[in-house]
Parts: sequence; C-alpha cells; structure tokens
Amino acid sequence: MRLGSGTFAACCVAIEVLGTAVFLRGFFPAPVRSSARTEHKEPPAPEPSAGASSNWTKLPPPLFSKVVIVLIDALRDDFVFGAKGVKFMPYTTYLVEKGAAHSFVAEAKPPTVTMPRIKALMTGSLPGFVDVVRNLNSPALLEDNVIKQAKAAGKRIIFYGDETWVKLFPKHFVEYDGTTSFFVSDYTEVDNNVTRHLDKVLKRGDWDILILHYLGLDHIGHISGPYSPLIGRKLSEMDSVLMKIHTALLSKERESSLPNLLVLCGDHGMSETGSHGASSTEEVNTPLVLISTAFERRPGDTRLPKHVQQTDLAATLAIGLGLPIPKDSVGSFLFPIVEGKSMREQLRFLHLNTVQLSKLLQENVPSYAKDPGFEQFKMSEKLHGNWIKLYLEENHSEVLFNLGTKVLRQYLDAMKILSLSLSTQVAQYDLYSMVVGTVMVVEVLTLLLLSIPQALCRKAQLEVPLSSPVFSLLFYLMFLVLSAVHVIVCTSAESSCYFCSLSWLAAGAVMLLISALLCAIVSALTKVFMDGSFLSKSPAHPDSRWSELDLLILFGTLGHVVSLGASSFVEEEHQTWYFLVNTLCLALSQEIYRSYFLGDSCEPQCHFPMDQGFDSLAPALQDRTGGGVSEHDKVHEGPSPFELLRGHERWMVLASPWLILTCCRLLRSLNQTGVQWAHRPDLGHWLTSSDHKAELSILAALSLLIIFVLVQRGCSSVSKAALALGLLGVYCYRAAIGNVLFPWQQGNRDISKGIIEARFVYVFVLGILFTGTKDLLKSQVLAADRKTKTGNSNNIATVDISAGFVGLDTYVEIPAMFLTAFGTYAGPVLWASHLVHFLSSQTSSSSALSHACFCYALICSIPVSTYIIFVTSLRYHLFIWSVFSPKLLYEGMHLLITAAICVFFTAMDQTSLTKS
Amino acid sequence: MGLQTKIALFPPRRLNCPLRCRCVSQISTHGNTMKDTDIKRLLYTHLLCIFSIILSVFIPSFFLENFSILETHLTWLCICSAFVTAVNLLLYLVVKPTASSKKSSLSHKITRFLKCCIYFLMSCFSFHIIFVLYGAPLIELVLETFLFAVILSTFTTVPCLCLLGPNLKAWLRVFSRNGVTSIWENSLQITTISSFVGTWLGALPIPLDWERPWQVWPISCTLGATFGYVAGLVISPLWIYWNRKQLTYKNN
Repeated sequence: MRLGSGTFAACCVAIEVLGTAVFLRGFFPAPVRSSARTEHKEPPAPEPSAGASSNWTKLPPPLFSKVVIVLIDALRDDFVFGAKGVKFMPYTTYLVEKGAAHSFVAEAKPPTVTMPRIKALMTGSLPGFVDVVRNLNSPALLEDNVIKQAKAAGKRIIFYGDETWVKLFPKHFVEYDGTTSFFVSDYTEVDNNVTRHLDKVLKRGDWDILILHYLGLDHIGHISGPYSPLIGRKLSEMDSVLMKIHTALLSKERESSLPNLLVLCGDHGMSETGSHGASSTEEVNTPLVLISTAFERRPGDTRLPKHVQQTDLAATLAIGLGLPIPKDSVGSFLFPIVEGKSMREQLRFLHLNTVQLSKLLQENVPSYAKDPGFEQFKMSEKLHGNWIKLYLEENHSEVLFNLGTKVLRQYLDAMKILSLSLSTQVAQYDLYSMVVGTVMVVEVLTLLLLSIPQALCRKAQLEVPLSSPVFSLLFYLMFLVLSAVHVIVCTSAESSCYFCSLSWLAAGAVMLLISALLCAIVSALTKVFMDGSFLSKSPAHPDSRWSELDLLILFGTLGHVVSLGASSFVEEEHQTWYFLVNTLCLALSQEIYRSYFLGDSCEPQCHFPMDQGFDSLAPALQDRTGGGVSEHDKVHEGPSPFELLRGHERWMVLASPWLILTCCRLLRSLNQTGVQWAHRPDLGHWLTSSDHKAELSILAALSLLIIFVLVQRGCSSVSKAALALGLLGVYCYRAAIGNVLFPWQQGNRDISKGIIEARFVYVFVLGILFTGTKDLLKSQVLAADRKTKTGNSNNIATVDISAGFVGLDTYVEIPAMFLTAFGTYAGPVLWASHLVHFLSSQTSSSSALSHACFCYALICSIPVSTYIIFVTSLRYHLFIWSVFSPKLLYEGMHLLITAAICVFFTAMDQTSLTKS
Repeated sequence: MGLQTKIALFPPRRLNCPLRCRCVSQISTHGNTMKDTDIKRLLYTHLLCIFSIILSVFIPSFFLENFSILETHLTWLCICSAFVTAVNLLLYLVVKPTASSKKSSLSHKITRFLKCCIYFLMSCFSFHIIFVLYGAPLIELVLETFLFAVILSTFTTVPCLCLLGPNLKAWLRVFSRNGVTSIWENSLQITTISSFVGTWLGALPIPLDWERPWQVWPISCTLGATFGYVAGLVISPLWIYWNRKQLTYKNN
C-alpha cells in the first residue's frame, strides 16, 4: 500500500493522539472515593465495648450552636500570623495570641485553585487534578460533604460570597448572595457585597451556619501581588469584619447554652507574584483560626500555630456540629477543639473519625489489613472497649485515666497514619493504561523516525507493508500474546484500571492497532537494514549535507526535549524558547552577513528535502515564540535572490534578524512569567495600569495602523476598505469595553494588549518575509485568512482569560510566553497557515506540503513521546502535580492541534494534487 | 588593493606560512617539520594563556583580602581580563614582533592601536547588546553584564585583534568555512568558537532551582566562557596536531 507522506503523518499523529489519551486517563488517577454512594443513612458507629454493651450508640451532640466560617480567598499564613497580621489585623492577632482560640497553619494540597479547595474544605477529600479543568464551570458537588449533612440535619445555612459555592451547593442555602470572581480588577465591590448583609444577619438569630467567602484579597493579589499597599488595607477591613462577627457572636452566646464557633480560614495562599495554583510554600500554607469561648486558654500559653491539613476542617466541622463525618474525608479532626470535654467524649470522637477513615481505607486499598494505621486502629479499638468496660464499672481511678490517655494517644497516631496513607492513595497510578498509551506513542514515533528517508525523498511517498504473509503471522501471534497479557493483567489487578474497564471490543481494537504498528516497525526495520547494506557501498556522505544551521536546529530540538526532564526547565520553558530562538536568529544573521560580505556561495543548494524538512521544523520550534520562522524560510531564499534585491531591501534583509531579536526582547519583558523571575516588573502591567491609559491607546492605534499599512499592499480597494473598517471596529470594541464596562477594563485590556502586540509582531515579521521574498501574489488570500484567524483568537482569548485569571490559565503557566494568553494555540495554527501559504506559493516544490506535514508530525511527536516517558519515570517526583502534569496536558493539547493541522495540510495537498 | 593591505597588515612570518603550506605537497618532509615547530610554538603560547588565567585566580588573593571568584566576582573579572589581554599583547609582541616595523610608520602604528581599542570597545558594547537581547536585565546589573561582555571580548576579540588586526574582512574570512590560512588562524577559530559555546552552555543552569551561588547572573556565564576558552586553548593545538596531515592552507 502506497501512501503520501502527508497522509501517513496524519494517520500517525491520529494514532498518537489516541495513545496519549489512554496514557492521560491512566496518569490522572481517580480520586479516593467511598463506594457507598447509596443515600441511606448508615447508623453511626457505636462505642466499642468489651463484654458489657455500651448505651451510647447515637451521634454525640453538637459542640457549638452557631458556626460562622469566614473564608478569605488567598489568605496566606503570614498575613495573619506574620508581621502583616500584627500590623493590619490587630484584633485577630489579639485573639490568636491571648484569646480563646486555636490557630493552625492549614496546608492546602495543589492544585491551589479555589474550587478544589472549597471541595477539600467541605468534603475533606482530595480533589483530583482533573478538577482544575472543571474549575470554571463547577457542577454541583455530589459527594458527601458537611453542607449536605448539615442540610439533612435541618441546619439553616446562609451563604454570602463567591458564587462557586452556590453552584457547588445549589439548594443547600436558605439565603445566599453570590458574587462573581469574573471581574478581577474589582476588589472593593465584591467584598462590600458580602459585608452589607452582615449587620442584618448577625442581628437575626434564625440560622445555624453562616459562610462568608471574601474574594477581594485574591483579586488584589492577582492585580498587584502580595506586597501591594492594598493588601494591608484589605486585611484591616477583614479584621474589622472579624471583630464585628466575633462581638455579635459573643453577645448571642448569652442567650444560648452552647458556645458559638468562628472559623477564619483561607482556601489557598498567594505566591510571591500574587498568583496561585502551584505548590510553593506561600501558596500552600493558609491560616486556620478557630475562635470560641469553649476553648480555654491557660495564661502564658503561647503556642506556635501547628501544621495541619486543610482537609481536617471538614471532619472538625462535622464533629463540632454533631454531624456524621463526610464519607470521603481523608482528614483527621483537630483534636484541640474537644480538649475541654470529658475523656469518654474525646475517645468517642476519635473513634468515630478513625472508623470513618478505616472504612475509606478498606474500600480503596485492597491490602488494607496490612496498613500500619489500620492495625493501630484495631488495637486502639480493643483498648477503647476495655476502657469503656472499666468506665461503666464506675472505676474512676488513676488506672482509668492512664489507660484513657494511652488509648487517646493510640487513636491519634492511628488517625494520623490512616489519613496519611489515604492521601498518598491519591497518587496511585494506573500503570497498565499508562504502559499501553506509552507503547502506542513510542511505536508511532519509531515508525515516523524509520520512515524519514522515504518520506522526505523527492517523491514524498512511502510503502506501508501490511499484507506480507510473514508479518501477518507475526501480527496474529502478537495479537494473541497481547490479549493473553490483557486477560492476565485485568484478572489479577488489585486496583482499578481504566483499560480493563473498557469494553472487550475497544480493548481488542487497541491491541490490534499495537500489533499492527509493531509489525510495520519490524518490516520497516528490515527494510532499513537491507537498504543500509546497500547504501553503505554508495559513496554519498550524508554528513556533508548538514549545514551549521540545520545542526543547530536539530540540537536545539533535542536539547529542548531533554530539558523537559527537569522541573525547573519545565517551569521556565519560555526561557528555553527565547534562548533557542535568539541563538537561531544570531546564527541566521551570521549566515546572512557572511553570504552578503563574502558572496560565499558554497552553500550547497542540492539538499532540497532536508531544507524542506527544516523549513517546517522551524515553525515547530517557534510556534510559541512567534519569532523568526519567516527568517528561516527566508534564508533558504536568501542566497539566490541576493543579487536581485534592490538597495533598501538588502538593508532590510540585513537588519531583520536584529529587528526580530529586539521584538523578542520586547515581548519577553511584556509579560514576565514562569516562577523565578516572575516578580520582575513587566511592561504589560505598566501599560495596563490605569495611569498609562494614553500610552496604551496610542500604541494600540499605532499597531493597528501598521497592520493596515502592511496588509493593504496588494489588496483590492474593496478589501482594503473592509480591512480598515475591521481594524477600526477592533479598536472601537476595545475602547467601548474599556469605557462602558468599567470593571472589565483592566483584565480585558491586558489581553488585548498581548494580542495587539502579537499581531503587530506577526504582521511585522510577515512584512519582512514579503519584502524578503517578494512573494506578494497571494497576500490577499493570506490577509483574509489571517484576519479571521486573529479575530477568532481575539474573542476566544478574551473570554478565556478573563475567567482564566482565577482559574486554569493562571495556573497552567508552563509554556508561558505571552502567547499562553491565547491559550487556544492560535500561534501555531497561524504559523502553520503561513507555512502552508508559503509552501504552496512555491511552484517548484510539489511535495513540499507533505514534507512539511511529515516534519510537523515528527517534531510534535518527539517531545510528546519523550515527555510521556519522562513523566512515567518521574511519577513520584515532588512536583509531579504542580509542574509536570500541566505540561503534560499542554503537550496532549498540542498534539491534538498538530493532528488537526496535519489533516488540514493533507487535505490541502490533496486538493492541490487534484487541481494540477 | 585588498591583497596589498592584507600583506601589509600581516606579519611576515604569517605571510610565509601560506607559501609554506602550499609547498607541503611538494616537499612534504620539510613542510612537516616547519609545521611541527609552529604547532609547538602554538602550544607554548596557549599554555602561557592558561597559566595567566590560573594566575588571575591565585595572585590577587595575596594582595586583596576576602578575594574569591564567586564573592568578589567583578574584581576577578577585571583582573582576569587584564591578565589575558596582557599575555596576548605580550605574545603578539614577542612571538611576532616584526609585524609592522618594516613598513609602517609610528603614526600608522598609533592609528592602528587606536583602531584596535575602538574595535575592542565596540565589541564590548555589541556583546552587551546581545546579552540584553538574550534576556539580561536592561537596567539593573548593568555593570555585571558589561564586565561579562568585557571578559568575553577579551577571550575572543583581543586575540583576533592581535592576530588579524582591525580588519573586518579578514575576520569574516577566518570565521567562514574553508577560510583559514594558517595554524594560528585555525587555533583562533577554535578558541573563539569554544569560548562562545562555553558562554552559551554556561547560561543553561541559570533557570535551575538549585540556589547555588554560581547560578547568579552572570557568574555561570563568565565561568562558562572561561572554561570554554581554556578548553579551546587546550584543544586547538591537539586538534591541529592530530589533523596536521589533512590540513593544507590555501592562500585565497
């Protein structure tokens, strides 16, 4: 069977997408869940007893009558316990240091994004990584949680604040007012909308739980970072709110018998740059202060806040309110809140929590009986029974107390170990699916690599041997072996496995695919060896055809791929891109200068296929940097038309690498991302800050004007007018949004800024390309093409980022050029379209498109497969969740886009073939 | 005309060399011995350069308190650059002292010297600009960046100026493919390229989060440049010696 290399590449990438999907499904583990989804109420675990039966089988009564939860978004631990807290939150500091309060530093697990954090606080479970992706359209929370339990117990809950809660708990609140976190630039109104209800609500007494979620601090963090003077003001405001609530609760307490509880917590911290999502200490550590008159404080007792898990709050709240602990909770309740209670009650609470944890462990870990926490639990339960027996025998002696404290300590230990082993359970990978996905991806990559010489030859066609009898035998054998392995693995698997849960038909299809690929590889290998012995006789030296530039690109790609194995390099991947692009530009300029000054025409023009290959390699290299792809295209044009160029164009060519370098540098300072240098002041912020509005609008108008000037060449007058109107419309739209909807302005401006600049550079580079190659024939088509493309991306990005400020895109900042702001991969698509246009305009190369397609597929699949292998081997790395997995998602997305592009290329190729 | 100036600027010994190399094919034994002595001389000069760099690490600690490469990096940069420049000039004067004494007058020498200085400064500034384009901070750490540019110029531009003089055409010729006309130019090519590669590689560990003192800008890059230069100094005589049979320099 003969296939065009474009079609071949498209097929390969499609298979690769499938493999990556299987891998991803295996890689992102299903969160720890209780399988008992039934709604029926299980009776609470009775008190254990040895011999004599205990009479206490009901749930213990609540400890607090009213609970107020003040959740301040992005409240970092040092905002309360550090110097800032002392300065700006005097009342809270007083409570923490002197008052009846317990303070903790609650550690949030990454991803430190609001919705998973709310879920963690309320369910006590650890949301899976995939929850981040669903952060933006949060569906109702179905798992067992404190709010649900409280509703079922007839508590009246009032909520004011972030409307994520309203979406998560749609019918649970008797009264609510949701504020949206969409307008990031607004940090006063969001909080006033919460506080304005306070006086009324605090005066009324018809509620049991009041939840307040303040967003202002998080917004300030996103706008100006943790060292902004706004932070102090906001903290003082929060302090006054806290004081108001506390005094109201104190006055309420006289009426009721039970004390009230005031909880101050943060959902996640704030990094040094003011964002959140990753796992740095600043983002992870949040304060947790429990304030109640029930907590007695011995004088002179200045404890440092203890480190606890954020998931512990759910169990604590459940116990405080006399509710059953949520089934999926992996947290252990904060013991200090029951310190004032009697020994029997304390033990009862501990028992309840450990029983819940061990149940969860039993359901999720097949070998639970060997778990040290479970063993400890069994032992302490037995001791507890003995203690109850002694207690019921009215034996109030020293022995009883000593035994009690021993049981207590054992329970606490058991709880800690159980909680720990449950949280590590989240990081259980589905290795079988991962292996299957990896095998597919690697097989495709090998096939692609093996078929390079065939695919890049002038014919751009290659033989796909599928029907030879020997290989069909191998194929059937392979299929049988794989099926046997599948059966063995799936029947013996202890933990859940996605690939096994697939239907037999689908699994069989995947097996077929794998064995077919393997056979293709084997046949290609034999062919290569046979050809290799033949080729070695021929005197051609393949090395001589590689120019320095090709080598540079090759090594750059390889180096980039290798660098993906280090977390810092993944975090700072944009730096790698800048570095490589700069080097490429410099090498190009060196080449241009050399050929210009020396007339050095020793450049061999014959290595056409390789050139084509690297032509399309360049966009892959630059798809995120948007720098010098045209440059590379041009260099191959460079040597021949040099003599034809007129004077100023020659200067243009000589100056263009430097212009591109300068543009790159400007873009780099436009938006500082990454981790290490993110605190540097960036131009984007400078421009979007409200004092520089004039400069911004001038720049926007100027760049739009330049777009017009550059594009209008070669257009008909009608399209010229259309273009002008379109650009004007863009500006007006922006201005209107900036003026009419005030809160939108900054967020939106930021984005449009990036896009304008991006477009500016695109068009700029494109203009250089045009002047360099004098290839203006189809610029009209191209202009229209680009127009729609950038227009689209504009809208998508606008929507994406305004929301993304709090969500996905601030978090997944890994390939973080400002082009990430596009989020939608408009960049590569744009470049790919340019490449299509450029190649199709070259009449000399009929097979250029399929070559380009093939190279594109190759260049995309090399990093993907390498990265998959890296991630598999690094799956117990500390930063696997915060650094590697977002990048993995990005790579998967990139692969998908590449597949689309390849299909598009192939389609273009087919149409051009049929035309000619 | 171009050939004339080239001849005028080249030291006579270097002028001889291409002729000698052309003779290689004819009188191979004689050429080989000449070449061997040249390679030996090259090796000695290079060893002297390496020695000067090593001295620049150790000597200042006798005179300056608290001197260390990492902590007082800028001082070391200045000293190292001064040492290397001095050694290069010395070698230029000692090994090929008859360069311009024949033809050129004193004023010609002075203008040439001034030109060299201007070229050196220009190369410093252009390196600085390239570093900034590569992402070095624009305003803060200007001194550090500039001294880095100075030391890189010392490793690359100063030997070029010594050997080729302020002649851009010759420079371009040397650094293009098949453009070298002598062992000296060949070694110059190798040392310059290896210094650049060392600098380039030196930038790689900067983003790593190891928090080591040598990861601070521009220490890793300057160290990379130094190591690259030293490596080039070591490699080039060896490489030339290894390939002495294949190397024939044509005079074009």
